[in-house]
Amino acid sequence: MPGLDTFIEVSLDTLRDVFPIAAILMFFQFAVLRKPLANPRRLMVGFVYVFIGLVLFLIGLEQALFPIGRLMAAQFTDPAFVGAEPGIAVPWQDYYWVYAFAFAVGFGTTIAEPSLIAVAIKASELSGGAIGAWGLRIAVAIGVAVGITLGVFRIVVGAPIHYFIISGYVVVVVQTFFAPKLIVPLAYDSGGVTTSTVTVPLVAALGLGLAETIPGRSPLIDGFGLIAFASLFPIISVMAYAQLAEWRAARATENSKESPDEI
Amino acid sequence: MLEWFNSLFRLLLGSVRDLAPIVLVIAFFELAVLQQSIPNLFSMIVGLLLVLLGLTLFIQGLEMGLFPLGESMAHAFARKGSLLWLLLFAFALGFGTTVAEPALIAIAEEASEVAAQANFIGKTAEAQESYAFGLRMTVAISVGAAIVIGVFRILKGWPVHYMIAGGYVIVVIMTAIAPRQIIGIAYDAGGVTTSTITVPLVTALGVGLASSIKGRNPMVDGFGLIAFASLTPMIFVMLYGILI
Repeated sequence: MPGLDTFIEVSLDTLRDVFPIAAILMFFQFAVLRKPLANPRRLMVGFVYVFIGLVLFLIGLEQALFPIGRLMAAQFTDPAFVGAEPGIAVPWQDYYWVYAFAFAVGFGTTIAEPSLIAVAIKASELSGGAIGAWGLRIAVAIGVAVGITLGVFRIVVGAPIHYFIISGYVVVVVQTFFAPKLIVPLAYDSGGVTTSTVTVPLVAALGLGLAETIPGRSPLIDGFGLIAFASLFPIISVMAYAQLAEWRAARATENSKESPDEI
Repeated sequence: MLEWFNSLFRLLLGSVRDLAPIVLVIAFFELAVLQQSIPNLFSMIVGLLLVLLGLTLFIQGLEMGLFPLGESMAHAFARKGSLLWLLLFAFALGFGTTVAEPALIAIAEEASEVAAQANFIGKTAEAQESYAFGLRMTVAISVGAAIVIGVFRILKGWPVHYMIAGGYVIVVIMTAIAPRQIIGIAYDAGGVTTSTITVPLVTALGVGLASSIKGRNPMVDGFGLIAFASLTPMIFVMLYGILI
């Protein structure tokens, strides 16, 4: 059970995080803008909700999800589970459960990521529902899942990280020319959004566990870098999602032109 | 009051849906693949309830507090018309929200260990500390600069993809010349800078600015600030690695 001391500790940590932001906002609001805020009471209540919500969220994660997630990451990357003999490299296919776990964790944590929910709400509001909040979040989650799986594969085979990242960037640049213009900034943003509270701790545990298990990998060099994969691939998947939606819409209008009775 | 409960209930249901995938993933792999029972089931359920309640409150507070405040400040800055103050605000927001970020502090410490092991810097605690501090400042300044560039772009209406693609080209070139040990850290630094409170605020700022300036489309011009904030740290950290 979370005791009062954990509650106080997490509250203080969160307060330390929130304090600089609140100080900056207050300084500019009261010293520079000097305009009264509309509905200040509602704003204050909103801030208190954000604060308490974040504290409870973090305490709950630390109690329910992170310990078991870290433990499972350690178990899946354990040489005994993979079937490795000490000192002998295992063929990369034998890590299949690790890939499956990486994919599933990447997807699941991204759907639960609060900052992605925030951006998805804004995007669906601004686009008048054309970009659905759920569609966007699922597209991002698939991107993170693929990215982390690929990142895990890279740690297993030991290929240099920049080959993957640079080819990813090339795909992004090429896609940018063909994707609907409306989605491009949002797609770029979703790269940075995905990697925060929920995803990073679990993914980092997976990367470090794997780098420790596989002979010849250094936890400090190879353990890093999974987050880079997780922020690159959502850009690709979100643009692909928009391209797919555009293509389907175009095909639908074509079909309706040809046979207006059949819909 | 009844209405308030209704909306809270709807939000709670939404949070259940948000958390279902990760809970199912953990349960499936634990029970079906690893074939172990879930340890401390009771404490786990309590924790999940806390996560659920926390997420619900956070989303509610987002719509009541963070979004409206970010947007109203953006509108106020647009009306005030002072470019200097707006850019100062942008820098302060980027710098201030990053410098105290726990994930960044953790990464900077680990990076200083990597650097010491690679004989980049002296193996003394003092050298490591100053390296970690320098790295933190580098990332915080780079995020401040990113928001400034991003806000400037919204004001000018420049298309985001040329700037981001140009940024990636710089990343690729710098990857070729930067020391190998710094590369993984630099790439990760781009991902850790965007925290749960920063993202909604910065998004609201961009969208608010784009919607209060004539001729800007909030969809096309409002988004993109976070993209800059995850791009510039990579460039700045690799530069730091080259210079130190």
